[in-house]
Amino acid sequence: MPNLKDLKNRIASVKSTRKITKAMQMVAAAKLRRAQEAAEAGRPYAERMTAVIGGLSASVGGSDTAPRLLAGTGSDQTHLLVVMTAERGLCGGFNSSIVRLVRNRIEKLKAEGKTVKLLTVGKKGREQLRRDHADLLVGHVDLTEVKRVGYVNAAGIASDILSRFDAGEFDVASIYFSTFQSVISQIPTETQIIPAKFDAPEGDEASTLYDYEPSEDAVLEDLLPRGVATQIFSALLENAASEQGARMSAMDNATRNAGDMIDRLTIEYNRSRQAVITNELIEIISGAEAL
Amino acid sequence: MADMMQFDLVSPEKRLASFQAVLVQIPGADGDLTAMPGHSPVITTLRPGVVRVKSAEGEKDYVVTSGFAEVTASSVSVIAERAHAGDEVRKEDLEDVLAAARAKASEAEGEHKDGAEKLVADLVELMDRMD
Repeated sequence: MPNLKDLKNRIASVKSTRKITKAMQMVAAAKLRRAQEAAEAGRPYAERMTAVIGGLSASVGGSDTAPRLLAGTGSDQTHLLVVMTAERGLCGGFNSSIVRLVRNRIEKLKAEGKTVKLLTVGKKGREQLRRDHADLLVGHVDLTEVKRVGYVNAAGIASDILSRFDAGEFDVASIYFSTFQSVISQIPTETQIIPAKFDAPEGDEASTLYDYEPSEDAVLEDLLPRGVATQIFSALLENAASEQGARMSAMDNATRNAGDMIDRLTIEYNRSRQAVITNELIEIISGAEAL
Repeated sequence: MADMMQFDLVSPEKRLASFQAVLVQIPGADGDLTAMPGHSPVITTLRPGVVRVKSAEGEKDYVVTSGFAEVTASSVSVIAERAHAGDEVRKEDLEDVLAAARAKASEAEGEHKDGAEKLVADLVELMDRMD
Protein backbone atom coordinates (compact mmCIF):
# COMPACT_ATOMS: atom_id res chain seq x y z
CA MET A 1 0.00 0.00 0.00
CA PRO A 2 1.53 3.32 -1.04
CA ASN A 3 1.84 5.64 1.90
CA LEU A 4 -0.45 8.59 2.31
CA LYS A 5 2.22 11.26 1.98
CA ASP A 6 3.31 9.93 -1.42
CA LEU A 7 -0.24 9.84 -2.69
CA LYS A 8 -0.87 13.36 -1.53
CA ASN A 9 2.24 14.61 -3.33
CA ARG A 10 1.24 12.75 -6.46
CA ILE A 11 -2.19 14.34 -6.46
CA ALA A 12 -0.71 17.78 -5.98
CA SER A 13 1.68 17.25 -8.89
CA VAL A 14 -1.01 16.05 -11.27
CA LYS A 15 -3.15 19.01 -10.26
CA SER A 16 -0.43 21.46 -11.18
CA THR A 17 0.12 19.65 -14.47
CA ARG A 18 -3.57 20.03 -15.18
CA LYS A 19 -3.33 23.74 -14.47
CA ILE A 20 -0.51 24.06 -16.97
CA THR A 21 -2.21 22.08 -19.73
CA LYS A 22 -5.42 24.02 -19.16
CA ALA A 23 -3.55 27.30 -19.50
CA MET A 24 -1.77 26.09 -22.63
CA GLN A 25 -5.07 25.09 -24.14
CA MET A 26 -6.52 28.52 -23.57
CA VAL A 27 -3.44 30.23 -24.95
CA ALA A 28 -3.61 27.99 -28.03
CA ALA A 29 -7.28 28.84 -28.49
CA ALA A 30 -6.51 32.56 -28.46
CA LYS A 31 -3.57 32.12 -30.83
CA LEU A 32 -5.64 29.93 -33.11
CA ARG A 33 -8.19 32.67 -33.54
CA ARG A 34 -5.48 35.12 -34.45
CA ALA A 35 -3.85 32.65 -36.82
CA GLN A 36 -7.17 32.03 -38.53
CA GLU A 37 -7.74 35.74 -38.94
CA ALA A 38 -4.30 36.10 -40.47
CA ALA A 39 -4.98 33.23 -42.86
CA GLU A 40 -8.28 34.81 -43.79
CA ALA A 41 -6.67 38.20 -44.39
CA GLY A 42 -4.00 36.71 -46.61
CA ARG A 43 -6.45 34.95 -48.87
CA PRO A 44 -7.45 37.76 -51.29
CA TYR A 45 -3.81 38.43 -52.21
CA ALA A 46 -3.05 34.77 -52.78
CA GLU A 47 -6.18 34.30 -54.85
CA ARG A 48 -5.49 37.26 -57.14
CA MET A 49 -1.88 36.27 -57.51
CA THR A 50 -2.77 32.72 -58.45
CA ALA A 51 -5.48 33.81 -60.84
CA VAL A 52 -3.24 36.22 -62.75
CA ILE A 53 -0.26 33.87 -62.88
CA GLY A 54 -2.59 31.07 -63.87
CA GLY A 55 -4.00 33.09 -66.74
CA LEU A 56 -0.55 34.15 -67.87
CA SER A 57 1.05 30.75 -67.67
CA ALA A 58 -1.81 29.28 -69.66
CA SER A 59 -1.00 31.63 -72.52
CA VAL A 60 2.80 31.77 -72.26
CA GLY A 61 3.48 28.45 -70.57
CA GLY A 62 3.51 26.30 -73.68
CA SER A 63 6.03 28.37 -75.60
CA ASP A 64 9.77 27.78 -75.69
CA THR A 65 10.47 31.11 -74.08
CA ALA A 66 8.58 30.19 -70.91
CA PRO A 67 10.59 31.10 -67.81
CA ARG A 68 12.50 28.30 -66.14
CA LEU A 69 10.46 28.67 -62.98
CA LEU A 70 7.42 27.61 -64.96
CA ALA A 71 8.87 25.18 -67.44
CA GLY A 72 11.36 23.57 -65.09
CA THR A 73 14.90 22.57 -65.89
CA GLY A 74 13.82 19.79 -68.17
CA SER A 75 14.83 17.12 -65.71
CA ASP A 76 13.45 15.88 -62.42
CA GLN A 77 16.52 14.27 -61.00
CA THR A 78 17.04 16.33 -57.86
CA HIS A 79 14.16 17.08 -55.54
CA LEU A 80 14.16 19.70 -52.83
CA LEU A 81 11.66 19.04 -50.09
CA VAL A 82 10.82 22.05 -47.97
CA VAL A 83 9.48 20.76 -44.69
CA MET A 84 7.49 23.20 -42.61
CA THR A 85 6.89 22.24 -39.03
CA ALA A 86 6.44 23.95 -35.69
CA GLU A 87 9.14 25.44 -33.51
CA ARG A 88 7.63 23.89 -30.41
CA GLY A 89 6.34 20.52 -29.39
CA LEU A 90 3.34 19.60 -27.23
CA CYS A 91 0.99 19.82 -30.16
CA GLY A 92 -0.10 16.22 -30.55
CA GLY A 93 0.78 14.51 -33.80
CA PHE A 94 1.17 17.74 -35.74
CA ASN A 95 4.91 17.58 -36.37
CA SER A 96 5.07 13.80 -36.65
CA SER A 97 2.37 13.56 -39.28
CA ILE A 98 4.15 16.06 -41.54
CA VAL A 99 7.44 14.26 -41.01
CA ARG A 100 5.80 10.93 -41.76
CA LEU A 101 4.53 12.24 -45.09
CA VAL A 102 8.00 13.53 -45.91
CA ARG A 103 9.64 10.23 -44.91
CA ASN A 104 7.33 8.29 -47.22
CA ARG A 105 8.11 10.70 -50.01
CA ILE A 106 11.85 10.38 -49.45
CA GLU A 107 11.62 6.59 -49.56
CA LYS A 108 9.63 6.75 -52.77
CA LEU A 109 11.97 9.19 -54.46
CA LYS A 110 15.01 7.21 -53.39
CA ALA A 111 13.46 4.03 -54.74
CA GLU A 112 13.11 5.82 -58.08
CA GLY A 113 16.78 6.70 -57.97
CA LYS A 114 16.31 10.43 -57.49
CA THR A 115 18.45 12.70 -55.39
CA VAL A 116 16.69 14.22 -52.41
CA LYS A 117 17.58 17.39 -50.53
CA LEU A 118 15.83 18.69 -47.47
CA LEU A 119 15.27 22.24 -46.35
CA THR A 120 13.60 22.50 -42.98
CA VAL A 121 11.56 25.36 -41.65
CA GLY A 122 10.89 24.91 -37.96
CA LYS A 123 13.00 23.17 -35.37
CA LYS A 124 10.83 20.15 -34.68
CA GLY A 125 10.85 18.76 -38.18
CA ARG A 126 14.60 19.16 -38.35
CA GLU A 127 15.10 17.26 -35.11
CA GLN A 128 13.01 14.36 -36.32
CA LEU A 129 14.47 14.18 -39.81
CA ARG A 130 18.03 14.51 -38.58
CA ARG A 131 17.82 11.05 -37.06
CA ASP A 132 17.51 9.15 -40.35
CA HIS A 133 18.31 11.67 -43.04
CA ALA A 134 21.01 13.93 -41.63
CA ASP A 135 22.96 13.63 -44.89
CA LEU A 136 20.10 15.09 -46.93
CA LEU A 137 19.65 18.31 -44.96
CA VAL A 138 20.93 21.27 -46.94
CA GLY A 139 19.54 24.13 -44.95
CA HIS A 140 17.36 25.26 -42.12
CA VAL A 141 15.24 28.33 -41.56
CA ASP A 142 14.84 29.28 -37.95
CA LEU A 143 11.63 31.03 -37.00
CA THR A 144 12.03 30.62 -33.24
CA GLU A 145 12.34 34.35 -32.73
CA VAL A 146 9.35 35.14 -34.92
CA LYS A 147 6.20 35.76 -32.94
CA ARG A 148 3.87 36.16 -35.89
CA VAL A 149 4.82 34.96 -39.31
CA GLY A 150 4.83 37.83 -41.75
CA TYR A 151 5.26 38.02 -45.48
CA VAL A 152 8.87 39.02 -44.83
CA ASN A 153 9.61 35.56 -43.47
CA ALA A 154 8.03 33.90 -46.47
CA ALA A 155 9.91 36.18 -48.85
CA GLY A 156 13.14 35.24 -47.08
CA ILE A 157 12.49 31.54 -47.48
CA ALA A 158 11.45 32.06 -51.09
CA SER A 159 14.59 33.96 -52.01
CA ASP A 160 16.69 31.24 -50.37
CA ILE A 161 14.93 28.60 -52.45
CA LEU A 162 15.11 30.67 -55.63
CA SER A 163 18.82 31.32 -55.29
CA ARG A 164 19.37 27.60 -54.82
CA PHE A 165 17.31 27.02 -57.95
CA ASP A 166 19.34 29.55 -59.92
CA ALA A 167 22.49 27.85 -58.73
CA GLY A 168 21.13 24.61 -60.16
CA GLU A 169 20.96 22.82 -56.83
CA PHE A 170 17.67 21.13 -57.61
CA ASP A 171 15.10 20.58 -60.37
CA VAL A 172 11.85 20.19 -58.48
CA ALA A 173 10.81 21.79 -55.21
CA SER A 174 7.82 20.91 -53.07
CA ILE A 175 6.59 22.26 -49.77
CA TYR A 176 5.18 20.15 -46.97
CA PHE A 177 2.83 21.65 -44.45
CA SER A 178 -0.47 21.01 -42.70
CA THR A 179 -3.74 22.28 -44.04
CA PHE A 180 -6.09 23.47 -41.35
CA GLN A 181 -9.41 21.69 -41.53
CA SER A 182 -10.68 22.03 -38.01
CA VAL A 183 -9.37 21.95 -34.47
CA ILE A 184 -9.36 18.16 -34.51
CA SER A 185 -8.24 17.63 -38.08
CA GLN A 186 -5.15 18.93 -39.82
CA ILE A 187 -4.12 17.35 -43.07
CA PRO A 188 -0.45 17.05 -44.02
CA THR A 189 -0.18 18.39 -47.54
CA GLU A 190 2.35 18.39 -50.34
CA THR A 191 2.47 21.18 -52.93
CA GLN A 192 4.90 21.50 -55.78
CA ILE A 193 6.19 25.07 -56.11
CA ILE A 194 8.95 24.72 -58.72
CA PRO A 195 8.24 24.22 -61.59
CA ALA A 196 5.24 26.31 -60.70
CA LYS A 197 1.84 24.79 -61.18
CA PHE A 198 -1.00 27.23 -61.31
CA ASP A 199 -4.47 26.35 -62.34
CA ALA A 200 -5.78 28.56 -65.09
CA PRO A 201 -8.75 30.60 -63.93
CA GLU A 202 -12.10 29.32 -65.06
CA GLY A 203 -15.12 31.04 -66.48
CA ASP A 204 -15.39 34.71 -67.35
CA GLU A 205 -11.97 35.79 -66.17
CA ALA A 206 -10.19 33.63 -68.67
CA SER A 207 -12.14 35.20 -71.49
CA THR A 208 -11.08 38.75 -70.59
CA LEU A 209 -8.16 39.61 -72.78
CA TYR A 210 -5.66 41.74 -70.99
CA ASP A 211 -3.00 44.00 -72.34
CA TYR A 212 0.21 43.39 -70.54
CA GLU A 213 2.70 46.09 -69.65
CA PRO A 214 5.64 45.84 -70.25
CA SER A 215 4.93 42.46 -71.93
CA GLU A 216 3.45 39.08 -71.09
CA ASP A 217 6.87 37.54 -70.60
CA ALA A 218 8.15 40.38 -68.46
CA VAL A 219 5.08 40.41 -66.23
CA LEU A 220 5.28 36.66 -65.79
CA GLU A 221 9.00 36.85 -65.08
CA ASP A 222 8.29 39.44 -62.42
CA LEU A 223 5.38 37.61 -60.87
CA LEU A 224 6.62 34.03 -60.69
CA PRO A 225 9.09 34.59 -57.84
CA ARG A 226 6.36 36.47 -56.00
CA GLY A 227 4.02 33.57 -56.68
CA VAL A 228 6.48 31.24 -54.99
CA ALA A 229 6.72 33.56 -51.99
CA THR A 230 2.94 33.79 -51.86
CA GLN A 231 2.52 30.04 -51.84
CA ILE A 232 5.05 29.74 -49.06
CA PHE A 233 3.35 32.49 -47.12
CA SER A 234 -0.06 30.80 -47.41
CA ALA A 235 1.51 27.53 -46.31
CA LEU A 236 3.10 29.21 -43.30
CA LEU A 237 -0.22 30.73 -42.30
CA GLU A 238 -2.05 27.42 -42.71
CA ASN A 239 0.65 25.75 -40.70
CA ALA A 240 0.41 28.29 -37.90
CA ALA A 241 -3.33 27.76 -37.63
CA SER A 242 -2.92 23.97 -37.78
CA GLU A 243 -0.26 24.01 -35.10
CA GLN A 244 -2.42 25.94 -32.69
CA GLY A 245 -5.43 23.77 -33.49
CA ALA A 246 -3.44 20.61 -32.88
CA ARG A 247 -2.01 21.99 -29.67
CA MET A 248 -5.44 23.01 -28.49
CA SER A 249 -6.94 19.57 -28.89
CA ALA A 250 -3.83 17.87 -27.50
CA MET A 251 -3.93 20.05 -24.41
CA ASP A 252 -7.66 19.51 -24.07
CA ASN A 253 -7.04 15.77 -23.98
CA ALA A 254 -4.20 16.19 -21.51
CA THR A 255 -6.36 18.27 -19.22
CA ARG A 256 -9.09 15.66 -19.30
CA ASN A 257 -6.65 12.83 -18.63
CA ALA A 258 -5.17 14.73 -15.71
CA GLY A 259 -8.68 15.16 -14.30
CA ASP A 260 -9.35 11.42 -14.58
CA MET A 261 -6.07 10.64 -12.92
CA ILE A 262 -6.79 13.00 -10.05
CA ASP A 263 -10.13 11.26 -9.49
CA ARG A 264 -8.49 7.86 -9.40
CA LEU A 265 -5.72 8.99 -7.09
CA THR A 266 -8.19 10.67 -4.76
CA ILE A 267 -10.18 7.46 -4.40
CA GLU A 268 -7.01 5.54 -3.71
CA TYR A 269 -5.96 8.15 -1.17
CA ASN A 270 -9.27 7.97 0.65
CA ARG A 271 -9.20 4.19 0.69
CA SER A 272 -5.71 4.14 2.14
CA ARG A 273 -6.67 6.69 4.75
CA GLN A 274 -9.67 4.61 5.71
CA ALA A 275 -7.50 1.50 5.95
CA VAL A 276 -5.04 3.28 8.23
CA ILE A 277 -7.85 4.41 10.52
CA THR A 278 -9.35 0.91 10.63
CA ASN A 279 -5.95 -0.52 11.46
CA GLU A 280 -5.43 1.89 14.33
CA LEU A 281 -8.89 1.15 15.70
CA ILE A 282 -8.20 -2.57 15.66
CA GLU A 283 -4.96 -1.99 17.49
CA ILE A 284 -6.62 0.17 20.16
CA ILE A 285 -9.51 -2.24 20.67
CA SER A 286 -7.36 -5.34 20.86
CA GLY A 287 -5.02 -3.50 23.22
CA ALA A 288 -7.96 -2.62 25.46
CA GLU A 289 -9.25 -6.23 25.40
CA ALA A 290 -5.88 -7.58 26.42
CA LEU A 291 -5.95 -5.61 29.65
CA MET B 1 -23.40 54.05 -61.27
CA ALA B 2 -21.63 54.05 -64.56
CA ASP B 3 -18.85 56.43 -63.64
CA MET B 4 -17.69 54.45 -60.62
CA MET B 5 -15.54 51.36 -60.40
CA GLN B 6 -14.46 48.98 -57.71
CA PHE B 7 -11.01 49.69 -56.26
CA ASP B 8 -9.15 47.06 -54.26
CA LEU B 9 -5.73 47.28 -52.70
CA VAL B 10 -4.43 44.06 -51.21
CA SER B 11 -1.12 43.21 -49.63
CA PRO B 12 -0.11 39.69 -48.57
CA GLU B 13 -1.09 40.32 -45.00
CA LYS B 14 -4.36 42.14 -45.41
CA ARG B 15 -6.82 43.94 -47.61
CA LEU B 16 -5.99 47.61 -47.24
CA ALA B 17 -8.77 49.19 -49.17
CA SER B 18 -11.89 48.23 -51.02
CA PHE B 19 -14.32 50.89 -52.15
CA GLN B 20 -15.87 52.62 -55.16
CA ALA B 21 -13.56 55.00 -56.97
CA VAL B 22 -13.78 57.42 -59.83
CA LEU B 23 -10.16 57.50 -60.87
CA VAL B 24 -7.01 55.62 -59.98
CA GLN B 25 -3.45 56.66 -60.77
CA ILE B 26 -1.06 53.75 -60.89
CA PRO B 27 2.75 53.89 -60.98
CA GLY B 28 3.26 51.29 -63.71
CA ALA B 29 6.67 49.87 -64.50
CA ASP B 30 6.55 51.46 -67.93
CA GLY B 31 5.18 54.76 -66.72
CA ASP B 32 2.23 56.08 -64.78
CA LEU B 33 -1.21 55.31 -65.98
CA THR B 34 -4.57 56.59 -64.94
CA ALA B 35 -7.50 54.24 -64.95
CA MET B 36 -11.08 55.40 -65.16
CA PRO B 37 -14.24 53.37 -65.57
CA GLY B 38 -14.33 51.74 -68.97
CA HIS B 39 -10.57 51.43 -69.25
CA SER B 40 -9.43 48.57 -71.46
CA PRO B 41 -8.20 45.56 -69.51
CA VAL B 42 -4.53 45.87 -68.58
CA ILE B 43 -2.20 44.06 -66.26
CA THR B 44 0.93 45.98 -65.41
CA THR B 45 3.76 45.52 -62.97
CA LEU B 46 4.38 48.31 -60.50
CA ARG B 47 7.37 50.39 -59.66
CA PRO B 48 7.65 51.92 -56.19
CA GLY B 49 5.44 54.95 -56.03
CA VAL B 50 2.14 56.39 -54.99
CA VAL B 51 -1.25 55.06 -55.97
CA ARG B 52 -3.69 57.94 -55.93
CA VAL B 53 -7.37 57.13 -55.75
CA LYS B 54 -10.15 59.61 -56.27
CA SER B 55 -13.51 58.59 -54.86
CA ALA B 56 -16.72 60.28 -53.85
CA GLU B 57 -15.19 61.05 -50.44
CA GLY B 58 -12.08 62.67 -51.84
CA GLU B 59 -8.54 61.66 -52.70
CA LYS B 60 -6.52 58.99 -51.00
CA ASP B 61 -2.87 58.10 -51.41
CA TYR B 62 -1.22 54.75 -50.90
CA VAL B 63 2.47 54.06 -51.06
CA VAL B 64 3.29 50.77 -52.77
CA THR B 65 6.63 49.17 -53.49
CA SER B 66 6.23 46.32 -55.92
CA GLY B 67 3.56 44.05 -57.26
CA PHE B 68 1.08 44.42 -60.06
CA ALA B 69 -2.19 46.06 -60.94
CA GLU B 70 -5.12 44.56 -62.76
CA VAL B 71 -7.36 47.01 -64.56
CA THR B 72 -10.69 46.08 -66.09
CA ALA B 73 -13.57 48.20 -67.30
CA SER B 74 -15.31 48.00 -63.94
CA SER B 75 -12.55 47.45 -61.42
CA VAL B 76 -8.96 48.20 -60.47
CA SER B 77 -7.07 45.81 -58.22
CA VAL B 78 -3.65 46.72 -56.97
CA ILE B 79 -1.83 43.69 -55.64
CA ALA B 80 1.18 45.07 -53.83
CA GLU B 81 3.87 43.19 -52.01
CA ARG B 82 4.05 46.05 -49.58
CA ALA B 83 1.56 48.85 -49.21
CA HIS B 84 0.89 51.59 -46.73
CA ALA B 85 -1.81 54.21 -46.49
CA GLY B 86 -0.21 57.48 -47.56
CA ASP B 87 -0.64 59.34 -44.31
CA GLU B 88 0.72 56.49 -42.19
CA VAL B 89 3.83 55.57 -44.06
CA ARG B 90 7.17 56.56 -42.60
CA LYS B 91 10.55 56.59 -44.16
CA GLU B 92 11.80 53.79 -41.92
CA ASP B 93 9.22 51.45 -43.41
CA LEU B 94 10.88 51.70 -46.76
CA GLU B 95 14.49 51.76 -45.71
CA ASP B 96 14.91 47.99 -45.67
CA VAL B 97 13.31 47.74 -49.10
CA LEU B 98 15.81 50.27 -50.37
CA ALA B 99 18.70 48.41 -48.77
CA ALA B 100 17.58 45.17 -50.43
CA ALA B 101 17.19 46.94 -53.78
CA ARG B 102 20.67 48.48 -53.47
CA ALA B 103 22.21 45.12 -52.70
CA LYS B 104 20.48 43.59 -55.69
CA ALA B 105 21.54 46.41 -57.99
CA SER B 106 25.18 46.03 -57.04
CA GLU B 107 25.05 42.29 -57.76
CA ALA B 108 23.02 42.42 -60.94
CA GLU B 109 24.69 42.16 -64.31
CA GLY B 110 23.87 42.98 -67.89
CA GLU B 111 20.30 43.71 -68.74
CA HIS B 112 19.09 43.17 -65.19
CA LYS B 113 21.34 45.93 -63.93
CA ASP B 114 19.30 48.70 -65.50
CA GLY B 115 16.09 47.46 -63.97
CA ALA B 116 17.61 47.05 -60.54
CA GLU B 117 19.16 50.50 -60.63
CA LYS B 118 15.93 52.02 -61.77
CA LEU B 119 14.22 50.45 -58.77
CA VAL B 120 16.75 52.07 -56.45
CA ALA B 121 16.29 55.42 -58.15
CA ASP B 122 12.51 55.16 -57.88
CA LEU B 123 12.72 54.35 -54.20
CA VAL B 124 15.10 57.19 -53.46
CA GLU B 125 12.85 59.62 -55.28
CA LEU B 126 9.83 58.32 -53.41
CA MET B 127 11.52 58.73 -50.07
CA ASP B 128 12.78 62.19 -50.91
CA ARG B 129 9.28 63.29 -51.68
CA MET B 130 8.14 62.22 -48.23
CA ASP B 131 10.28 64.80 -46.46
